[in-house]
Amino acid sequence: MTATTATGITRPVNWNKLEDSIDLEVWNRLTSNFWLPEKVPMSNDIPSWATLRPEEQKLTMHVFTGLTLLDTIQGTVGALSLIPDALTAHEEAVYTNISFMESVHAKSYSSIFSTLCSTDEIEEAFRWSEENPYLQKKAEIVLGYYRGDDPLKRKVASTLLESFLFYSGFYLPMYWSSRAKLTNTGDLIRLIIRDEAIHGYYIGYKFQKQMEMETQERRDELKAYTYDLLLELYENEIKYTADLYDPLGLTEDVKHFLHYNANKALMNLGFDPLFPKEVSEVSPAILSALSPNADENHDFFSGSGSSYVIGKHEATEDDDWDF
Amino acid sequence: MLEIVYFSNVSENTKRFVEKLGIPNHRIPLYPTDEHLQVSKPFVLISPTYGLGDDETSVPKQVIRFLNDPVNRSFLKAVIGAGNTNFGEKYCRASEVIARKTGVPLIYKFELLGTPDDVATVKEKMELLWKLQ
Ligand SMILES: Cc1cc2nc3c(=O)[nH]c(=O)nc-3n(C[C@H](O)[C@H](O)[C@H](O)COP(=O)(O)O)c2cc1C
Ligand SMILES: [Fe+2]
Ligand SMILES: [Fe+2]
Repeated sequence: MTATTATGITRPVNWNKLEDSIDLEVWNRLTSNFWLPEKVPMSNDIPSWATLRPEEQKLTMHVFTGLTLLDTIQGTVGALSLIPDALTAHEEAVYTNISFMESVHAKSYSSIFSTLCSTDEIEEAFRWSEENPYLQKKAEIVLGYYRGDDPLKRKVASTLLESFLFYSGFYLPMYWSSRAKLTNTGDLIRLIIRDEAIHGYYIGYKFQKQMEMETQERRDELKAYTYDLLLELYENEIKYTADLYDPLGLTEDVKHFLHYNANKALMNLGFDPLFPKEVSEVSPAILSALSPNADENHDFFSGSGSSYVIGKHEATEDDDWDF
Repeated sequence: MLEIVYFSNVSENTKRFVEKLGIPNHRIPLYPTDEHLQVSKPFVLISPTYGLGDDETSVPKQVIRFLNDPVNRSFLKAVIGAGNTNFGEKYCRASEVIARKTGVPLIYKFELLGTPDDVATVKEKMELLWKLQ
């Protein structure tokens, strides 16, 4: 799909004629989620930053340059590489939105740096990102597929980046947030995490739509490719994680978070989760930093003092159904 | 056994979750031109969250339409939410709104296609709920 079709006619995008209702649904949520780092009061984190030990500050900066690298790739190469194979004109428009937001994400880490760190420290962190072999390797693997000629493999690589590769980095600000540190930085990262959910959902969904048009043989090939690529990236992520988090003794906890998100990345692509519960349960502190009501216990069966009686609820009037 | 009524968009995450439960189920129609669904047995509703991030738009309009039918509402026993924790405090918001509006309990939340553990837990809860009837 491009604006100009094979017959040479150039078509403007008509949002009043949808071929896929998800395009508009996603566009609307992406645009209403729109945010800029300038709106987050980062300077409130200055006192908290000062309480981190030097090695904790350095780790945080390294993690953030790693995330900056992924957002840079996704903004300038990844999302744009999906445009030529879009199935609808609206899908193309959604990718331009994703691409722009990735550039906002990349820039927001620089806002954090300029508020909390010195120029020398920033220079050091960016140098680290260029020299860290694991970070460079993950960029190299993903970029290989973005520049390759298989549109479905591009979508798989993109979904794995959106829904899996970011999370070795996202862990740390959620960890600080759970300890009431760098809470404004945490708020900003949560905005990014929310955006990535829609990106992963959407690219994964479009992958599944394209899969439907493929032969069974090709579908099998793509499924095998997905698990292979995930494992290739996973092995590298484990090394990256140990390199970063061993000094703080957090590596095992981060791994659980990686497994959990790898499962979600696979699900976004329509595949079954790979890692069993025992290794993919996220620690409650991290989970509630991510989503305050995710681990709420909805187990009303065992709840003592629960006055709920099934079937005894008041009949609701029709007028109440004006949600 | 209680039945399941669910909504699932074209991405069909919830549909694939429900298919793993092996419990009689009905899908709420996706398009306004589809025939209206009216149930005649007690059921548990499973709904994903969509919308713009506010409570008003979080419940899919197809679900609202289904629940606007007082007959359907009279058979509703509990709600299960589908969503994604990446949405933070909005995780599974639609199921919270439905539970609040209808006064039935929200008994579980899961993400995307659900894990094998989610499937087992929902099955157990459905059986327990049935025994309590
Ligand atoms: C536009 C859009 C908005 C969403 N909003 C939320 C949300 O606010 N909270 C949440 O938990 N999940 C949200 N989700 C995630 C979906 O609820 C989740 O992917 C679910 O599995 C979709 O189920 P379905 O494929 O059966 O329709 C949203 C997804 C999309 C595409
Ligand atoms: Fe991003
Ligand atoms: Fe993204």
